[in-house]
Amino acid sequence: MESLVNSGHQSGRARILGAYAFVVYAFLYLPIIVLVVYSFNGSGIGGFPPSGWTLDWYRQLFADGPLWDAVLDSFIVAIAAVAISVGLGLPAALALDRSEFPGKAVFRRLVLLPLILPGIITGLSLLMLFVGSGMKLSLVTITLGHGTALISVATTEIFAGLQKLERAQEEASLDLGANHLKTFWRVTLPNLRVSIIAAALLIFTLSLDEIAVSFFLIGRDNTLPLEIWSRLRRGITPEINAISTLILLFSIAMILIWYRLRTRTDSRREAELPLLASAIEGES
Amino acid sequence: MYSRAYKAAVTIPPVLWVTLFLLVPYSILFCYSFWSVSPQEVIVHHWNLQNYVELARNPIYLSVLFRSMRIAAAVTIFALILGYPLAYYLSFHAAKRKNLLYQLVIIPLWASYLVRGYAWKTILGSDGVLNGVLQFTHITGALFHLQNFLQQSMHIHATLVPIRFLLYSPFAVVLMLTHIYTPFVLLPVYASLEHVPRNLIEASHDLGASPWATFRRVILPLSLPGVLAGATFAFVLTLGDFLAPLLVGGPSGIMISNIVVSLFGAAYNWPLGAAISFCMLGLVVGLLFATERLERRWKVS
Repeated sequence: MESLVNSGHQSGRARILGAYAFVVYAFLYLPIIVLVVYSFNGSGIGGFPPSGWTLDWYRQLFADGPLWDAVLDSFIVAIAAVAISVGLGLPAALALDRSEFPGKAVFRRLVLLPLILPGIITGLSLLMLFVGSGMKLSLVTITLGHGTALISVATTEIFAGLQKLERAQEEASLDLGANHLKTFWRVTLPNLRVSIIAAALLIFTLSLDEIAVSFFLIGRDNTLPLEIWSRLRRGITPEINAISTLILLFSIAMILIWYRLRTRTDSRREAELPLLASAIEGES
Repeated sequence: MYSRAYKAAVTIPPVLWVTLFLLVPYSILFCYSFWSVSPQEVIVHHWNLQNYVELARNPIYLSVLFRSMRIAAAVTIFALILGYPLAYYLSFHAAKRKNLLYQLVIIPLWASYLVRGYAWKTILGSDGVLNGVLQFTHITGALFHLQNFLQQSMHIHATLVPIRFLLYSPFAVVLMLTHIYTPFVLLPVYASLEHVPRNLIEASHDLGASPWATFRRVILPLSLPGVLAGATFAFVLTLGDFLAPLLVGGPSGIMISNIVVSLFGAAYNWPLGAAISFCMLGLVVGLLFATERLERRWKVS
């Protein structure tokens, strides 16, 4: 195949494609590079070339109380959202894998729907539920929103893990006299450990960045994206570049951990699809 | 193998939760779309089709919906134009660097949505990076000088003329969302290209087909499911986006979800907003069904 691809007149084609690929990468990375570079720009927002390198924006950022309150709120929401979506995504994946019940097809679609549905629809629908039931909007409503919308992520991730699990092990455990609960704790759960951790990391990252659903469920306290959003509307400051750079580093770290976990267990399989793409595939 | 109790234990909690927090809310949305608001700003639970009639009758809603669909279609097409060749390159030509290049696609995928929107704002703004570059390289200045030269007046400081049409336009919305959804389109396309049996391609070459014919007759048809999955995702999520228009779109870049947001906010007409949302929900679900059927038909043939 290699020789076929690189032989004769095809190499010219490959070179053109390679140049095109480079342009696409440049497009994908340009905004990210600009963002990071301008977070150190002494002359403020925009302008070219950036000049007077400074850490002032980071200094301002660390002294910014309300922003760190929002960061703390976001972390609390994200942790609670992980608990909800993994806590329900795990049984949901087990149910989809091994239980037959009326309405199963509808249930599967419904669970996965928030993954592909624009956030505004889920956000508004939940807003109506909470307002209708007399619940006050707060971090709790945001957490319920994130937790519910992200069950989709936990379910797909853990369901994929279940497909690789050897059922014979569970069978052996049951045959040897362990009950279902014990089998779950001692056989099923340890086997799903990597999928569950991977799902948790992903959900944590997605929740930290979520804005479309939160936008409608926000009470008095802001999550980080909503705090940034409200500041953006007032005008842009390089301080936002600085916090964005930090978020970027944090997300990349989380994703790299997630990716390592996945590739370590999937070394036999070719480059693993990231979850969202595989979920879209399963969905359509 | 699994007992009834086991099945009940794993089935009942998620089904109840999903019913309460997804099925019920979507149903409430549906109900609201048939209600109305009294002049005293109270929701009237009187069932009628008034909201849907209003949507069909008032040209504003339809024209904004069509604009949103045009923007969504543009984003989908650009994301495919950028993503497909890159996926093809990764799958067939990247050789040893395949894994590295693949991971390089994933990293921007995880840069925060808001952060990337903000970055485009920094780039496109009238005192932004792009205009800075243009002024630095004297391109806007040169353009201005040219104009002035034609007007026989060469004495004005011309380097201070930024290009203003970049930010706050539908163009900026398309650019920002193309940037966000290109990786989402690329990944399923790449996955489907990876699944094209390599011996089919060799067979096509051996039988004398040109590379182009091989691409058109073998590779492209086999990659269509991936194209479809990616395109659906990009189209649907762009269609429902309301943050990009607020961030970089300006008044001419308003999309259908922005109308919904204002109906749920200052304009206070939840029922009408619910009717628009429900139409969007129907559109999305319809599109998903259509792509699912298309894909099943391709798999058979």
